[in-house]
Amino acid sequence: MNNISYNRAESVKNASEQFGTDKEMSRFIGGGTNLLDLMKYRVENPEHLIDINHLDLSEVENTDSGGLILGATRTNADTAYHEEVEKRYPLLSEAMLSAASAQLRNMATNGGNLLQRTRCFYFYDTATPCNKREPGSGCSALEGFNRLHAILGESEHCIATHPSDMAVALAALNATVHVDGTSGKRSIPILEFHRLPGDTPHIETSLEPGEIITGIELPEKGFAKNYHYLKVRDRPSYAFALVSVAAALELDNNTIKDIRVALGAVAHKPWREPSVEKEFIGEDATIGNFEKLAAKLTEGATGYGDNDFKIPLIKKSIVRALTEAMNK
Amino acid sequence: MIAETKYIGKPTRRVDGIKKVTGNAEYSAEFNPEHLVHGYIINSTISKGKIVAVHDEEALKVPGVRQVFTHKNIPIEVKIDSDYTDPLAPPGNPFRPFYDENILYNGQPVALIIADTFETAAYASGLVEIEYEKDEGCEVDLKANLQNATREDVPDPPEPRGDAAKAYDSSKYKVDVEYYLPRHYQNPMETFATVAIWSEEEQGFTIYDKIQGVGSSQQYISGIFNLEKEKVRVLSPFVGGGFGSGLRPQYQLFCAAMASKVLKLPVKVVMTRAQMFSFGHRPACLQRLKLSSDKSGKLESITHEAFGETSRFEKFNETVVDWSGMMYQCDNVQFDYQLVPLDVYTPMDMRAPGGATGMYALECAIDELAIEAGVDPLEFRLINYADRDQNEDKPYSSKELRAAFLKASESFGWDKRNAKPGSMEAGNSLVGYGMATGVWEALQQESAAKAILTAEGKLTVSSGTADIGTGTYTIMSQIAAEIVGVPLENVEFQLGDSSLPKAPIEGGSWTASSVGSAVKLVCHELQKKIFGYAQQSFPEELKYAMFEDAQFSDRHLSVKSNRLSYSEILAASGNNSVEVSVNSQPADDRSKYSCYSHSCVMVEVHVDKDTKMITVPRVVSAIAGGKILNPKTAESQILGGITWGISMALEEEGMMDSRNGRIMNANLAEYHVAVQADVQDLEVIFVPEHDEIVNPLGAKGLGEIGIVGVASAICNAIYNATGKRVRELPITLDKLV
Repeated sequence: MNNISYNRAESVKNASEQFGTDKEMSRFIGGGTNLLDLMKYRVENPEHLIDINHLDLSEVENTDSGGLILGATRTNADTAYHEEVEKRYPLLSEAMLSAASAQLRNMATNGGNLLQRTRCFYFYDTATPCNKREPGSGCSALEGFNRLHAILGESEHCIATHPSDMAVALAALNATVHVDGTSGKRSIPILEFHRLPGDTPHIETSLEPGEIITGIELPEKGFAKNYHYLKVRDRPSYAFALVSVAAALELDNNTIKDIRVALGAVAHKPWREPSVEKEFIGEDATIGNFEKLAAKLTEGATGYGDNDFKIPLIKKSIVRALTEAMNK
Repeated sequence: MIAETKYIGKPTRRVDGIKKVTGNAEYSAEFNPEHLVHGYIINSTISKGKIVAVHDEEALKVPGVRQVFTHKNIPIEVKIDSDYTDPLAPPGNPFRPFYDENILYNGQPVALIIADTFETAAYASGLVEIEYEKDEGCEVDLKANLQNATREDVPDPPEPRGDAAKAYDSSKYKVDVEYYLPRHYQNPMETFATVAIWSEEEQGFTIYDKIQGVGSSQQYISGIFNLEKEKVRVLSPFVGGGFGSGLRPQYQLFCAAMASKVLKLPVKVVMTRAQMFSFGHRPACLQRLKLSSDKSGKLESITHEAFGETSRFEKFNETVVDWSGMMYQCDNVQFDYQLVPLDVYTPMDMRAPGGATGMYALECAIDELAIEAGVDPLEFRLINYADRDQNEDKPYSSKELRAAFLKASESFGWDKRNAKPGSMEAGNSLVGYGMATGVWEALQQESAAKAILTAEGKLTVSSGTADIGTGTYTIMSQIAAEIVGVPLENVEFQLGDSSLPKAPIEGGSWTASSVGSAVKLVCHELQKKIFGYAQQSFPEELKYAMFEDAQFSDRHLSVKSNRLSYSEILAASGNNSVEVSVNSQPADDRSKYSCYSHSCVMVEVHVDKDTKMITVPRVVSAIAGGKILNPKTAESQILGGITWGISMALEEEGMMDSRNGRIMNANLAEYHVAVQADVQDLEVIFVPEHDEIVNPLGAKGLGEIGIVGVASAICNAIYNATGKRVRELPITLDKLV
């Protein structure tokens, strides 16, 4: 770990100013559950830590349009157990509570959750090449241990996945990420927040240097009736997903009025294809149709050896999650 | 007739429990002598080659940094005429930290930064740059390097019997299967830590070390620094788990001692969790089993071959194949065990070393043969039950395995098992039942102990053993209280100090039997001495008394109607205390028998039909382990073993990249072991087993037996659930997709 300065930010503007323009020099710290580990591994080497926990960003508030805003520095536990979240967005609550361990959820924040880094072994080991950590050095996972890695949207430069459960549910729910910075406030749809690796796997989000996530907005529609978050993992707690599915249905008898399927741990970002979902609106909610959707969603999926199993597994998981949602 | 006991055999809370839960139990890293400085170790990032340059200038500029040690500047005295062996060193040359520029494995310690604080040392470690010249090629994959297997320096497996190959060919039912077990890392909660204090005045060390036996660290350090053993005092009063990793000294001990002697300051060196993956581990092992039976399920042949990994510098071996020659009655058996040297650190014992490995493969293969022969796996084991150890051609000192089978199957409901794979369901899961047998040798080692009883009634018993969380403090106190006849709270048991009477390293499940026997003997001798004092001081009262008639209880000696308190005996004899020392040896008779503990493990698994996620809702483990000294700590031992067996079956794997020999999951987030949510309904049954041969206590030791067989039972249950036989651990869900 390096020597660092540590300052509490007084306001969002102040935090953003303290950050400066050099993307590598500073980091905002929320719960620190991922950042501090990365600093100990010398993967993240900031010189300044700017603590944003004392900014007024930890509330859960109703929006005028009937949605809900989740404060960026609120903990995952306090968010998942919030009455409104449990009642109106149980898919999100379920996904969040499937993540990590109780101790981590008590520390980790909502903004930080979106910004957590991949769990690729090679990203964490500075003795091995990694394009995400050290652009241009190569990808060790391509021919190494890649059991946890991407089957969709990956590139020859990086096959890492985004490990969040929360973000997968947010993707299904069409959440919006509110950010603020020296150049002002803006809103980013969740599907545009994280990026695919392409040839710049080190750039993971559309945040600009100094921009802070202030909140995550959920639209009114919460799919509180027919939903399921399926997390397939190596042990029932404290394990990242091998694949996960956030499934939500709006049904009119047996007809699909609306459908959302977001996939986790299969790509560099939560994976969703609204155009594929649209094809199934008006169709019957049947296992056969779910299977068709699963096939379409995973078209072109590529395995790299250890992760080949994810292709059949994600298909089964999509069908299972939708079936559970339907039968809820 | 077994006499009524007051303490032995009673469920007893740990005597050190309060200290532990209140933070008053002091572990090695918690000793903070004055002027203490801290060390931080840098490990190599290549697996093979040499160090060509060390750039430590920037690190040395950091305020508070005292020294950077590497092979270039460690004192010559630790290189010349130094002996780096420890009592459990296998054949070969032990690893010598910082000895020269050569890199033998990835993660090898290459530099030690000493600073005034841990944080400064850790920070400065990032400023040290080590330049390497890398050798091409790195051989760390066991299966890819079988051509280098050797029998040199490997103990011979048991003699063959009959003609296994011929019998196999003519048998009706046969299996020929390979099982693979990956590297496992012990990972006790307490990472390795040493505080070393060199005294110029005494020209000797005082060392607090995390170790499973103080004698091990003492021999290692005295050998390296050419010191008399008495000049190296090692203390280790509390050990936060060992599981075998503390059977041999680790490199942080060398680092702390070497730096302390050079700098003439107390030095503390604590390993990081990642560094816990940079030394010994349970070796990867590939096993081939050829088994055959007649149409009734009677075994006709067993051939068991194993390849274990070792390092380039030592030949670490385990007992892997021998079990196959004794678990079942079989007249045609053949064994082979070879080692494959790799570019890794020397493997080391890990809970039930060899047994967990060998029995994993054997008990899965037996299940396969039973299924092949159409015989229920429990019935198959009864058909082939061994009443005699055929390897040694000796009777068992006791073997209540049949009772264990019966008790386990009753409690588990084995009769409800449907043998057809995939035929049992629960919700969205397939249900499988599986079983396996476990075994572990009941060993006894020479051990010494001392006992002092004061006039005030305080009994202090000591032996230089260890308590690695197993309950040694507690059961030794129970034995002493029972025999001397004093309340448990009046007993203090001392251990973890090389100045105490010599005891074996705590391992192999032999501490209860070895040290317990010494404690029993010393307390018995104490009784005799008390009786002697009483006879001198109270000749009238004890005129015709015989020692054999004397009772020692409630702090009194009673013979017939005479009752004398220990304090009045001591006062009358003019002594403030009574003291005895003994050395206890295994009885000669023991060698005529085979002494083993056994178990029957039955498990239920659920496998999700879609996701293949595997859960283990129930485990029943029935143990035939001799006399149970403390059912409470004993049950904890078995529960821990079962839990670890679940990890072994489903989760554990040290993932070493074969391109560079680096362990890629060197942390507890990615090196999976069972968490709370994995552990559901576990039941432990102790089957009564009377044994007068194994040792004076009749106790067999329970440290290892709990894990043996668990992984096989789970593997067998997964087959019963899915019809899929996975012959490689861990059985992760991708292997069932």
